[in-house]
Order: sequence, then structure tokens, then C-alpha cells
Amino acid sequence: MNAAPPDTILAVEGLTMRFGGLTAVDGLSFAARRGEITAVIGPNGAGKTTVFNCVTGFYRPTEGSITCAHADGTAYRLDQLPGHRINSTARVARTFQNIRLFPGMTVLENLLVAQHRVLAPAARMVGLPGYRAAEKAAIDRAAAWLQRIGLIDRADVAAAALPYGAQRRVEIARAMCTDPVLLCLDEPAAGLNPRESEELNALLLEIRQGGTSLLLIEHDMSVVMRISDHIVVLDYGKRIADGPPAAVQADPHVIAAYLGEEDAEVAAP
Amino acid sequence: MAPTQPAPQRSASSSVQAALKDAGLAALIAFGVAAPMMGLRTVQGQGGLTISPRFDTVAIAVAAVFVGRLLLHAWQHRGGALRFTMPRLPGIERFAGPLLLAIAVALPFLPGVGRYEVDLGILVLTYVMLGWGLNIVVGLAGLLDLGYVAFYAVGAYTYALSAQYLGFGFWQALPLAGLMAATFGVLLGFPVLRLRGDYLAIVTLAFGEIIRIILLNWTSVTGGPNGLSGIPRPTFLGLSFTAGGGPGSFSDFFGLEPSPIHRIIYLYYIILVLALATNWLTIRLRRMPVGRAWEALREDEIACRSLGLNVTMTKLTAFAIGATLAGLAGAFFATRQAFISPESFTFMESALILAIVVLGGLGSQIGVAVAALVMIGGFEVFRGLDEYRMLVFGLVMVSIMVARPRGLVGERTPSVVLKERKAIDAALVREGAG
Amino acid sequence: MEYALQQLVNGLTLGMIYGLVAIGYTMVYGIIGMINFAHGDIFMVGSFAGLIALLGLGMGGITFVPLALMLALLFGMMVTSLYGFTVERVAYRPLRGSFRLAPLISAIGMSIFLQNFVQVTQGARPKPIEPVIRGGVVLAHADGFDAVLSWVQMLIIVTTLAVLVVFTLLVARTPLGRAMRACEQDRKMASLLGIDTDRTIVLTFVIGAALAAVAGLMYLLYYGVIDFYMGFVAGVKAFTAAVLGGIGSLPGAVLGGLLIGLIETFWSAYFSVQYKDVAAFSVLILVLIFMPSGLLGRDEVEKV
Repeated sequence: MNAAPPDTILAVEGLTMRFGGLTAVDGLSFAARRGEITAVIGPNGAGKTTVFNCVTGFYRPTEGSITCAHADGTAYRLDQLPGHRINSTARVARTFQNIRLFPGMTVLENLLVAQHRVLAPAARMVGLPGYRAAEKAAIDRAAAWLQRIGLIDRADVAAAALPYGAQRRVEIARAMCTDPVLLCLDEPAAGLNPRESEELNALLLEIRQGGTSLLLIEHDMSVVMRISDHIVVLDYGKRIADGPPAAVQADPHVIAAYLGEEDAEVAAP
Repeated sequence: MAPTQPAPQRSASSSVQAALKDAGLAALIAFGVAAPMMGLRTVQGQGGLTISPRFDTVAIAVAAVFVGRLLLHAWQHRGGALRFTMPRLPGIERFAGPLLLAIAVALPFLPGVGRYEVDLGILVLTYVMLGWGLNIVVGLAGLLDLGYVAFYAVGAYTYALSAQYLGFGFWQALPLAGLMAATFGVLLGFPVLRLRGDYLAIVTLAFGEIIRIILLNWTSVTGGPNGLSGIPRPTFLGLSFTAGGGPGSFSDFFGLEPSPIHRIIYLYYIILVLALATNWLTIRLRRMPVGRAWEALREDEIACRSLGLNVTMTKLTAFAIGATLAGLAGAFFATRQAFISPESFTFMESALILAIVVLGGLGSQIGVAVAALVMIGGFEVFRGLDEYRMLVFGLVMVSIMVARPRGLVGERTPSVVLKERKAIDAALVREGAG
Repeated sequence: MEYALQQLVNGLTLGMIYGLVAIGYTMVYGIIGMINFAHGDIFMVGSFAGLIALLGLGMGGITFVPLALMLALLFGMMVTSLYGFTVERVAYRPLRGSFRLAPLISAIGMSIFLQNFVQVTQGARPKPIEPVIRGGVVLAHADGFDAVLSWVQMLIIVTTLAVLVVFTLLVARTPLGRAMRACEQDRKMASLLGIDTDRTIVLTFVIGAALAAVAGLMYLLYYGVIDFYMGFVAGVKAFTAAVLGGIGSLPGAVLGGLLIGLIETFWSAYFSVQYKDVAAFSVLILVLIFMPSGLLGRDEVEKV
């Protein structure tokens, strides 16, 4: 069933999403390649969030298919999997536009919840000493991520008590603790100042370096243009451009779609 | 949203005026509320019902409201707040638990403690265990269960029936009771756990009522309103606690003067052990993936799903384990009373246990224990008040919630730390929507 | 056939009473998202107020039935409105904006208080009353069984429908109704736009309580006997009805009420009286399993 080339990690084919009389996404097809950062951009109302929610299992598409292909050849139809399996089986993780941390739990606890897939079997089968070891490994893993995002000193702080930028980073680290092959980010730069956006770029590049593919929706062009390997542009639910950043920037259709949009700060590469 | 703020700075006389006006208005409303019910009493006369006016109590009530309202204004004017903040007693958290435990363990042997006190202790501990059981569902997983008493009943009736038909003793029936309750928990939980929070509440309430009505009417099996009696008492390694002593009894074996107090003390320690086991289990589970998943579920269900957690299974485990604990408590209840009837398993019980959990606050174990002590102990203490007791009870429930909406314990303790265990303030912790 | 017709009439009547109470639940839930556990007891208070009024009027010599009923209704509505106002002010408003468990326990506490308040002041025994309205219309008959639509039943059905129409219009057309709907959707925003949310909420409670008084009087007239405990049972069923119909929807509340009334009546008539509540609750559970938002409820779309 999966006819996509072997280096495709996410294949969206003929995706259509209709809400009553409104067609939010119309026959969209694109592919995200393994080990790359793919960005989905477009003016407001273009359908990016809808696509995103279809990929991450929050909407069931009206038509079309979304397939995640792992390096070993197994493929998963994301549009057919039950919500939680998109992460636990297909190994696709996501972050949220309105950050969704577990507010009353500490940063460390947040990162441990994410590792349940590894910890739960250990708890069930190995018995107490084995579990302790598994838990320690999980804590170390969490600590490593906290080190990377510079929040190791705030590990025992309640997630809700952190400033916005820090919460964003924790959410990304938490998603990464589920050991995904594809990380989907919903406007990760929203609300970040330019310095924080720079740090975000660095973090995302590092994640790509680690072998995880990324898919992101973003408005902030300083992020999109600087780190994306591949950009898909949507307008009114349809694909209007698809290619590397330079090509997309020069594409007249894209320019036309964005013309007059205050959101698009098309920064010089 | 702050319910009250200190009155803005005005001249003394105008704030007195305003206070009087407000108190007067409140008194007027109090009159409107009190007069019809308290003032116009329907009494059985010769030919039927007539009204017998009695306005003395109404006058007292109105006066009380007037004065109370004025006092409230005076209190607020001095900067007092409606919410009650616990005084910060240093180290109390660390000592409260062990201290209560020590008292609980030693209770039957403390000076001045007689049968009545031990009985009360048994009652309190039963509710502590029930509170801890429901705490898993409501406090940790954030699921609103209004029918918890159903599992309590299942446990009790399982023991009673297995004793009657299979000759089971308490210790044999105990695991069976837990298992049956768990089964019911899964049967109920599975279809309804995907419902939105308040819908889940009404469904669990409905289920509780269904169980009660069936127990009340299925007379051939459950004995109907008369219930089941002659439920065997627990034995200590085969030694019974018959009142008269004699061979094969506890008092005979240990060479003691036979006395009913032995059985009571034995029962006390059984429930203490059961309750402590419940506590141990909860603390354990909180550290394990399943317990962490419960709390994560309470905090944000959607985020849980995105992390690959099977939300339905998570809810189901909370529900089932909570049910099991209620079942065990139910079996104990049956053996303690030696008699059960549907009257003991009303919605009021579910509400009471829920109130204990909410009053405890934030899924805290010690909070629930103290809340049970306060509510059940307090209820017992006012036994002399009779019909006014429930009245006061309802009022106390309202007052406590208004004063401490998040419960007694104002902080959540994280289950795992990297460096320093810092308690998390109640304002940051979610209550759950599931 | 005639028997079934009678059950139908009885079921609809009972359902209307539940529906009237259910409206109060659904309105309050819609606007502040809480289950007003004390609402059933307000219904009970309304019944008692109606009883007291009728007794008083009878003692005072006013025996012209329509006048007595109107006065009793007004009295009942005034009393319950006060009670509704007081309950909101004392037990719920201080907890508004707080989380959801505290208001729930507070409501339960209020319910316990009201039940025992009436028990203590009015006595624990059921209170019977002489039938006020007698007679009815024979709808069909066969073999000595008459299917009768009594005047009381007619009164209940007509009153409930009238009330439903009035309140649906109120919610849809009047400024108060608009304010209520705005508060339902987004309370903070409504308040920023100048709507007095406190007042709107209080009025919602008061309206719900007044409707409960109407239901209370109807109940008294229909069954002829009331007691302090009736609020709990009726309350649970009425809330079930509100949920069944889709909480937040006024027509849903009445529809749910009708369903519960019909199920209860038909089950008692054809199967067993003792398990009629089990039937009603089971229907609730079944409906929610397959239609989680109830019959006319709005599907909550998850905002991600």
C-alpha cells in the first residue's frame, strides 16, 4: 500500500477535510522526507492547523490517507490509528500551539510521564528492583534533555510556574522523551522573542541531527526559512508550492498569497 | 475571582450605614426564607392538615442573620478574608503522618479508651480506607465518581452471600469481594469512561442507584429491605471470638478472660491493616507509570493522548482499583456489623466519601485521613443533636467548601524529584475534567 | 389499548413535571457549568410552599379554585425564588471560578441542609392534601376501563408547554436571554462587554427555582401527597432527564423529562413498579453510551 519512495517518512495523499459545508483542506498531497525538517506554511485560514490535526490524529480526514513510514519499512496509516497509537505505535509525537504541559506536575515528572512506554513493561514484568533501574534510566534520560534545553536546575519546579519560553522547550523535550521518529510542532515559535527563536532553531536543528524528522507549522519566517529543508505552502486548503526555501520564496504564487498579509515577515535568507 | 475584598476606605459612618443596609437586606431575605417553612408549620389537625404559625424561631433566625452579617462586615473591614488559610506550622507535614499513625496503632491500648472509642476508631478507619480508595479515582485520576457506594455494596453482599451459600469465612471471602467489585468496576467503567466529566458523574450516580434498587428489591437473593444477617465474624488464624469463650476461641487459646472487647480490637486492627495497605498501595502506584499516568490524565487528557498514553485504559485502571478497595472495605463492613441492608448503601454514602476526598484536597493521603477523622468523628460527637445533626452537617459541608475550596491540604507533593522535593501550590494543580 | 393510552397520558404528565424541574438544571449547568444538586430540594420546597398556601387560603376562606391556585403558584414561586437566590449567594457564588469539586460538595451540603430544614420545621411525615381539582375527560373506553385525561393532567401538560414556549422565547429574544447565552459561551468576554454576569447568573438560578415551584405545585395537585425527601429522587430523575436530552438545551430538558416519565410509567404498568427507576437510569446509561452528548446536546469539539 505504501508506494512512496523509501526515504519518505510522511506521505499525505489526497487529504480532504470537510466541516459541514466548509472544505478546509482540499485534495492535499505532499511528502516529508526522513531526516529533514518540513515546514507547512500559508496565510491564516489556509488549513495548516487542520492538516496538522489530521496528521496527529485529532481529526479524522473526510478523504485521503496519511501514512508514516519507518526506516525498517513498516508503514502506519495515521488516519486510521486510534489517537494514542499515533505516538505509541507509529512513533509520531506532537507539541501544541497552546502549550499543554501537566501544570501541577514538576518538569521532571512531565518528562517521566512521556517515557511510560518504556517504564510500564518494566513495572509489570521485572518486579521492584528491575523497575528501580528502569526508572533511574528514565530519570537520567530526562535529565539529559533538561541539560540540553538549559533547564536542569528547574527540574523540580512545577511546570506551570515556568516562564513561557521555558515551557515551550519543556514541551519539546517531553515530546522527544517519547523517542519519536517524527516530531510535529504546532507553531513552536509563537510568542517567542527573536533570541528565543534563535535558540529554538538551534534546538530543532539538534533534534534533526539526532535522527528525528520534523514537521512544523509556523508563521515566523525567521524560523521557517532558516531551518527548513522543505516547505509546503497552502492557500485555501490547497497546495500552491512545494520545494526548498529558496524556490518557495521566489514562487510568484506564494508571494501573491501572502501579499498584504501582515503576518508574513519574509526575511532575507 | 476573589469572593470578597476588604471594604474600600470610606468615612466610618457611611460604612456603618452601608453595613446596616446590607445586614437589613440580608435579614429581610432571611425572613422570606425562614417565614414560610419555620413560621407556617403544617400540623395534623382534626380534619386534616392545618397551619400552626410559630414566629418565635423566625424572629431568632432573622436576628441571627442580621447580627451575623454585621459581624461579617466588621471582620472584612478589618481586612479579614472569607477564605481560610492554614497557619503555617513548620514541620507539621512531616510529623502529622507518623503521629497519627502512632496514635492509630496504639489506640485500643491507650488509657481511657474503651469499647466506644475503639468502635469509633473502626468507623473512622473504614471511611479513611474508602476515602483513600475514592481518592485514586477522584483525587489522582480526576474522574468524578458519584456512585462509589455501589462497589462498597458489592463487596459487602459478596461476602454475605458467599458466607451463606459457600460457607466462606471472612478471609476467604475478602479477595473474592475485591474481585467482584473490580469486575463491576470494569463492567461499568468500560462503556462510560469516555464520557465528559459531568456526564460521567450522573452515570456513576445512576449506577449506584441501580445497584441499591436491585439490592432492595431482589428479595430472594439479597433479602430485600431486610438485608442479610448472620454474617460470620472473622477468625484469628482459626480462633473464633465467640462471646462466651470456650474451646477453639481466642480467649481460651491465650488464657484470657473472654470479653467482647477482644473481637472489637481484632476488627480494629483488621481495618487498620487494610487501610494502611491501601495507603501503601497508593503511594507505590503514584511512583509507577500507572499512577503517574493517572495524575497526568487529571492534568491534561489531550496531552496524555499525544504522548501515547491509552487514556481509556488509564481511566479503567483507576476505576477498577478504586472499586476493588471499596469492595474490600465492604466485606469488612459486613463482617463488622454481621448484618447488611440496602439502607447502608445510599447516595448519601457516596456523597459523604466524595466530600471526604474533596475536603482532604489535591489527592493527598494525609488530607483524606484528617478529613475522614474530622467529618466522621465530628458527626459522631454531635450524636446528641439528633435531627439537627444532619442540618448542621449540611451547613458545615457548605462552610468548609467556601472556606477551603481546594481542601485542607494546600499543596501537592511530587512523586519523584531530581534534587529537591518542593511542594506544588494548589493553584497550579488541576482537578480533572474526566 | 385503552390501558396503554392511559399509561401514555400518565407518562406524559409525569414527564412534564420532570421536564419543568429539568429546565432549571439545564439552565444552571449551561451558564456556570455546575450540577445544582440542591435544585431537586428547591422543587420540594416549592411543593411545600404550595401546600402551605393552599392550606392557608382554605383556612382564610378563599375556595375559588382558579384563584387559589394562582395565588398558591405565586406564593410558591416567590418562596423558591428567594431560596434559589439565597442558595446561589451563600453556597455557590463564593466558589465561582473556583474548580468544580468544591461547588459540587457545597451543593450536596446545601441539599442535605434543605432536606433536613424542611424535615425539622415541617415534620418528617408525608403531608396529604384533599384533591383540589377533580374530574376529567374520558378519552376512550372498553370493558369497564376508561382511559381518562384528568383536568389536573391537562393543566400540567398545558402549563408546562406554555412555560417551555415562554422560556425558549425568553432565551432567544430578550436581552436577558442574550445575556444568558453570552455568559454560557464565554463568561469573561461577556463581562468585558458590559454584561452584569453576576446578575445574569442570579436570575438564571431564580428562574430555574420559580419553574421548580410550578412543578412542585403541579406535583402536589397530581399526587396529593408530599414529603421532605421527594426532592432527592425527583431531582436525580430530573437531572437524568436534562442529561438525556442534552445538557444546556431547554427543549432537550423537556424531551428528556418526557422520556423518563414515559419509561417510568410504562415500565411500572407492564413490568414492575419496583424497578421503574432502574429502567429509567438504564436508558440514560444506554443513550449516553451511544450518544455521549445526549439527544439534543451539542457535540463538544475538542479545542486543540
